[in-house]
This record gives sequence, structure tokens and C-alpha cells, in this order.
Amino acid sequence: MIWESWGAFWSMGGRGFFVWGSYGVLAIAVIAELIALRAARKRATKTLNESHHDH
Amino acid sequence: MARTEQQSNERSKARSNRASNPSPSIPLPEGEGSVEPTFTSVNVGNARAERFSGRWFWRFASPAAFYPLAGTIEKLCWFVAIALTIIGLYIGFFRAPTDATQGEVYRVIYIHVPAAWMAMVIYLAMAFWSALGLAFGTRLSFMMSHALAPTGAMMAAISLWTGALWGRPTWGTYWVWDARLTSTLILFFLYIGYIALAAAFDDKKKGDRASALIALVGAVNVPIIYFSVQWWNTLHQGASVRPGGSSMASTMLTAMMVMTFAFWAYCVAVAMHRVRTQIIERERDAKWLAGVKQ
Repeated sequence: MIWESWGAFWSMGGRGFFVWGSYGVLAIAVIAELIALRAARKRATKTLNESHHDH
Repeated sequence: MARTEQQSNERSKARSNRASNPSPSIPLPEGEGSVEPTFTSVNVGNARAERFSGRWFWRFASPAAFYPLAGTIEKLCWFVAIALTIIGLYIGFFRAPTDATQGEVYRVIYIHVPAAWMAMVIYLAMAFWSALGLAFGTRLSFMMSHALAPTGAMMAAISLWTGALWGRPTWGTYWVWDARLTSTLILFFLYIGYIALAAAFDDKKKGDRASALIALVGAVNVPIIYFSVQWWNTLHQGASVRPGGSSMASTMLTAMMVMTFAFWAYCVAVAMHRVRTQIIERERDAKWLAGVKQ
């Protein structure tokens, strides 16, 4: 391991805010996108099932 | 664009073949979902396209044929994306050395560069599908373009955000109005404009065409972004990777390339998921969808 300790890893040479701020926001964006995908699929299938039931 | 006689005949035939009317609570836009796609026929809906209908790839211009294929691609890409992210982050954080001039903060590169690349690539892909949609009237092309847009916007936003956080400790500022940053901001606004315009029309076909125009015109911006660091004096560093060489240490480069492929796989997976949702929405009147497992 190139890091002396986990503390050194998380501090990123004193630049932890910038590094983890970048990765953190990406993680949040990905999770938000996945939730949005699921919600959109649910809506679409619900409408689909309703319209097919009406037939 | 004027409809060909052949096309309108085909449409009216398909309409009369329809089992029954759609639910009154969900008014269908004119012509939407009225053609029943099948696995064997090619419903590209345009005489020009029909000339090519013998070619295998037009088979997948039919939403019914593409739906299961998109599902397979999606599953495969999720697997690749997760595996490559783990490998890429491991190399990037536990194998790659500290950068001699930038210290540890350079590790933002493993997501900044892939996000910036994907923002540009996705825009070009959108322009490609939009051009295909405008030229051949293929419904699926517009759906592909719409499916890509939100992820492209997200990638542009991520590249701006991570760039700002990288710029503060290395340049001393979060933002400068220089060519690379400004043209990337314009790219982000083009995505937003595309999404807003596609959603702005009650008639989905009008939205398809209007937004396709933004995608095509805005594509000019992509080479401007790419070459901006060569054409103008800028704070942004030059390309780290270019044909014939790289200015990075090899473990750093490996991690960045692995992460780039992970981003590719993620974007394809998300786009495939979204295009399947679009097919369910737009083709809901087609009989084959009733048999699709959801």
C-alpha cells in the first residue's frame, strides 16, 4: 500500500476536500440518476398496464 | 417533411389493424405508436429507409426487435461498469504514485477526464442519432437521442464540478472564463436546451425534430472544446493523452483508461435502460408490449 495509514489516505495530502468532494458529488449524481431511471420505468409500466387492461 | 403516399398507406393499414382504441385517459399523439412493430418486419416508416431494408441493421430499427437486444446490452454493460470501476479505482488510489507537481489532488483526473470525454462523445452520439432520425424518420433514432441526453448533461456537469474542485488548489481559482471551461459550460447548456425543447411540445414528433436540430447545430461546439487548449491560451493544461504519446506515468494512465471504459459502460447501460423505458412509453399501443416481461 502506498499510504502510510488510512488517515493519510482520507486526507489526500491535505486535499481531501477537493478529491472527496469530486468523488462524492459523482456518487450522488449516479445514485440520483439510478433512482430517476427506476421511477421513470415504474411510471411507464404502470401506464402501459392500465392501457392494456382497458383493451 | 412531407409524408410519402406509401407511408401514409402503411400507417392507415396499421391503424385499422389495431385491436382497439387506447384508453381515453391517455390521449395518444397523432401517429404515435400506431404501427405495430414485429420481429420480422422493418418499420422504419420511410421510403428512403425501405430501400435499405434488406440490410440486417435495419431489423433493429424496429423498437420491438431492439427492445430485447437493448436489455442484453444493458446487463452486460452494468457488469463491465461495476468491474472496471473497482479495478480502476484500485489502481488509481492504491497503485498510482503521488504526482510530482500536483500532489494527491491530481487523483480527481480518474473521474474528471472520463466525464469530460463522455460529455463530448455523448453529444456527438446524440447528433448522430438525431441526423439519422431526421434523414430516415426512424422513431427509434429519436428515442436513442433522448435516452442519451440526461446522462450527457450529467457528465458535462460532473466535468465542470470536478474541474472546479481540481482548479482551486492547482490554479488558485474555481472558475475562469477561458476557452475550455466556457465551451464546456456551453455544452452543458446545449444539453439542457435539448432536453427542454424535446419536452416542450405536446406533439412528440415536433419535439423530436426541434431537439434534433439543437443536437446537430450544437455538435459544432464539440471540436471547439477538444481543440480549445491548442487554439487559445488557456489555464487548462493541454491534452494528457493524444495519439502517439502521453504525458502521464503509466499506472496513472492505466487507471484513467480503465475508468474511461467504466464510464463508457455506465453510459451505455443507462442509455439502454432509458431507451427501453421510452419504447414502453411511446409504443404502449403496440400489442407485442403486452407480452413483454416487465
